[in-house]
Amino acid sequence: MELLLQQILSGLATGAIYACMALAVVMIYQSIGHLNFAQGEMATFSTFVAWQLITWGFPYWAAFALTVALSFAGGVLIERVVFRPLKDAPALSHIVVFIGLLAIFNNASGFVWDFTIKTFPSPFGQGPMFGAFLNMHQAGMIACTLGMLVLLYLFFSRTRLGLSLRAAAANPESARLVGVRVGWMIALGWGLASAIGAVAGMLIAPGVFLEPNMMLGVLLYGFAGAVVGGLTSPIGAVAGGLIVGVMENLAGTYVPVVGSELKLTIALSLIILILIFKPSGLFGKTLAKRV
Amino acid sequence: MAIERVSAILFLLAAIAAPMLLSGFFIFQVTMLLVYAIAIMGLNLLTGFNGQFSLGHSAFYAIGAYAAAILMDKFGIGYLWTLPLAGLICFAVGFLFGFPALRLEGTYLALATFGLAVATPQILKLTPLEHWTGGVQGVFVAKPNAAMGLPLTADQWLYYLTLSVFILLYILARNLIGSRTGRALLAIRENPIAAQSMGINVSLYKTLTFGVSAAYTGVAGALGAIVIQFVAPDSFGFMLSVTFLVGLVVGGIAWLPGALIGAAFILFVPNFAEEISKGLSGAAYGVIMILLMYVMPSGAGGIVQSALRAVRAR
Amino acid sequence: MIAALATVAAASMAMAKGKYDVGASDTEIKMGHFNPYSGPVSAWGTVGKLQTAFYRMINEQGGINGRKITFITYDDAYSPPKAVEQTRRLMERDQVLGLFNPMGTASNLAIQKYMNNMKAPQIFVSSGAVAFGNPKDYPWTMGWLNYASEGRVYARYLLQNKPDAKVALFFQNDDFGKGFVAGFREALGDKAKTMIVGEASYEISEPTIDSQIVKLKASGADVLFNMSSPKFAAQAIRKLTDLNWKPLHFLTSSSAQIGSTLGPAGLENSKGIISTNYYKDSTDPRWKDDPAMKNWNAFMDKYYPEGDKSDTTNVYAYLVSETIVQVLKQAGHDLTRENIMKQAANLKQFSTPLLLPGVTITTSETDFFPIEQLQLIQFNGRTWDFIGGVIDGSAK
Repeated sequence: MELLLQQILSGLATGAIYACMALAVVMIYQSIGHLNFAQGEMATFSTFVAWQLITWGFPYWAAFALTVALSFAGGVLIERVVFRPLKDAPALSHIVVFIGLLAIFNNASGFVWDFTIKTFPSPFGQGPMFGAFLNMHQAGMIACTLGMLVLLYLFFSRTRLGLSLRAAAANPESARLVGVRVGWMIALGWGLASAIGAVAGMLIAPGVFLEPNMMLGVLLYGFAGAVVGGLTSPIGAVAGGLIVGVMENLAGTYVPVVGSELKLTIALSLIILILIFKPSGLFGKTLAKRV
Repeated sequence: MAIERVSAILFLLAAIAAPMLLSGFFIFQVTMLLVYAIAIMGLNLLTGFNGQFSLGHSAFYAIGAYAAAILMDKFGIGYLWTLPLAGLICFAVGFLFGFPALRLEGTYLALATFGLAVATPQILKLTPLEHWTGGVQGVFVAKPNAAMGLPLTADQWLYYLTLSVFILLYILARNLIGSRTGRALLAIRENPIAAQSMGINVSLYKTLTFGVSAAYTGVAGALGAIVIQFVAPDSFGFMLSVTFLVGLVVGGIAWLPGALIGAAFILFVPNFAEEISKGLSGAAYGVIMILLMYVMPSGAGGIVQSALRAVRAR
Repeated sequence: MIAALATVAAASMAMAKGKYDVGASDTEIKMGHFNPYSGPVSAWGTVGKLQTAFYRMINEQGGINGRKITFITYDDAYSPPKAVEQTRRLMERDQVLGLFNPMGTASNLAIQKYMNNMKAPQIFVSSGAVAFGNPKDYPWTMGWLNYASEGRVYARYLLQNKPDAKVALFFQNDDFGKGFVAGFREALGDKAKTMIVGEASYEISEPTIDSQIVKLKASGADVLFNMSSPKFAAQAIRKLTDLNWKPLHFLTSSSAQIGSTLGPAGLENSKGIISTNYYKDSTDPRWKDDPAMKNWNAFMDKYYPEGDKSDTTNVYAYLVSETIVQVLKQAGHDLTRENIMKQAANLKQFSTPLLLPGVTITTSETDFFPIEQLQLIQFNGRTWDFIGGVIDGSAK
């Protein structure tokens, strides 16, 4: 029983990592209608920037704020410089560009900051809490993820900008007619996604150590979480991330013989099963198809 | 048409003459190029012609490769027979996977196929299956010599074998696309609901396409195993799927000859990137990929097709 | 004057007597190498970069027996098909003498038959798989170390000091992790069944391994056999502290670096960890004033300044290069592929100052694992303490 409780809590802590990244995935999906394969590497790069600033003596929160701002600007820049000229290219060509960006950021991180693992400070401390179930950082990260979720939810449903952003993604033609500057909305979406990715990176790094491939796995799990949650819903993304984390731990612990070796496979199979019954994810809206 | 026929004949002549002019190393490279081209052709049937996105083709490639390796290593079956068998096995797996895929679209399908890509190496490593798969150590495959006493080196023989398989599969794919079935596939890609209302059995066509696509990639995997003489689980990860996808887009979506160009890209450009800088080869490769998309957003196929159109318009 | 002339004459006579295969001449020795420079394991690319720098230094110092080294290294992206391609490029287009320290188990397995057919050396393979120390079937392939030896050393220590231990196995799900486990099980013999009470593995794509550690703790084990790579080892050490679980902790030498694993995990948390090593940890303060380490640091500053000094992979790569140079020196002017193999199998207690005191490198016609002597070490919160003397990890 204690093992079950521990695995669930540790699954939630790991799930919070996925949820952080899933939020960034949802953000970009809301504005461009794709998954961005380079998102994890961009977040890792941002985290390295923060690490560099802290190493140079910046206080944590100053480095944090500066990194978020730089990442936002970087995201906007990537959209303007890299994707703007390709706006009429087929969707699959965009995927190749994502893969190109992934290679560039991954290589750059390793080239500039080397491959040995680095510690990244946590604003919440590292000691254990709630007995030995969670540590302070994990609890703080879960709280932050929920906080980000609330902010994003409010942004998308309560602010004019958030609504315009959704409109631009859902129906660019109509949005343009009501005066939304669709091009800039997409750039804004990129900026926000990359800023959220930076926050996710800085929240994740203290737990898993910072190195160039830090996000390689996290992004995959984040995708899974976002998809199972429904890609259009921030709440879904967080719920999805947590579900993936817990499911994976339970599969690894309780499925006999193959559980330990196949925990991700089992979790993914369950996700596919969920998607077969709810093809738009748990919290996603089913869009009417047009003929 | 004339242009296409002339280029096909030129390609054929060049391909047949190539081993006489090239050294063993280049023959090997071109053989691998053909192997990847077959895999990309398979992906093209599914993604390019039928509009179903897949990040799982590394899995079919792996299943084909392991099927060939295990059939040879454990059952003593001749390498030539493993090719159709690997194709059949992958057809069955792809066809079955096509059913859940029916329910999913776009990004959701991407995740499902991605799951397949992630799961396959782990299943191949699974302890209870070690007797068959060799676990983390993989399986060795013996290199075949030229059949029927032909005066060819092993490299040349494998090249001609791969070339024959490529040409056979290419012709099959071409006929398939030109047929009624091919038009049905395109109709489904453009608009599944409209296709349905025109009386096309969308589910059947989609699952069959999944099967055929998997079979192509599986045959490529089997050939790859025979050429490399070795299979190991971790070489068939998710990144291999991504590589195929890059090859597909660079070659041109829904343009069959593009498979050769795409395969050449994924095989040679990383080497070229490495020449630029050892430390920044990954970044160089990424930059080349992005620049290429600027120059030809619809891949080589897009450029060739619009050139052909221009020539015909005159 | 006469003496000088005599020396020159002797030298040129020796030169004229040189025996060569493809890749060697009076002026040059051409060596091939590959490792991943791109892709998810590009961290290992530093091996090729360090060796490139090392041979530049050797050439500046006059080369080996008067010949310059041309070191050609390619990227195999850790993929066996690419490794086969690069190997054939090296052998057939670049015409190298052989492959020296090529990296990766799968990549090397994929080229093993080819190299043996070509009768060209594939020596000091950067992997610990047992397949590379099999001179009977593959006389042209020589390994470097054997993961199983290390596993055996821990097992023997345990049988001697804690025979009633309950062991939890934690390992990377590939040949690296499983290689240690195989040696460990083998040396425990019949007792393996009763002593091993839990096991859990991970894939390198997993972000965290918390769940595995929680599960292993619940197995009731009092010994943790931790065969993970540095990032996961550091995570495990920290999770042990969080869970307040204090097993006797064996950590693979691959991760037992103060700077790159124990430091990030917390030095205090790492107290008591037992590991093995055969070379000096560049991040251990114990070697701060050691002449060999100073020498290595000077090399890094001068020839490979962009290299990461806290990454002990760079010590390993230096050490392997020194051993390769020793083989080439021993080969003298007979630079045939056969003689290279013969000399590689003829290292007699070769020692360099970067090896731990007492550790030497020995090979023979039947022993194709140069590194089999290991030193058991235990972390005291600041540096590594030696436990006993150097021991032999080969199978008995």
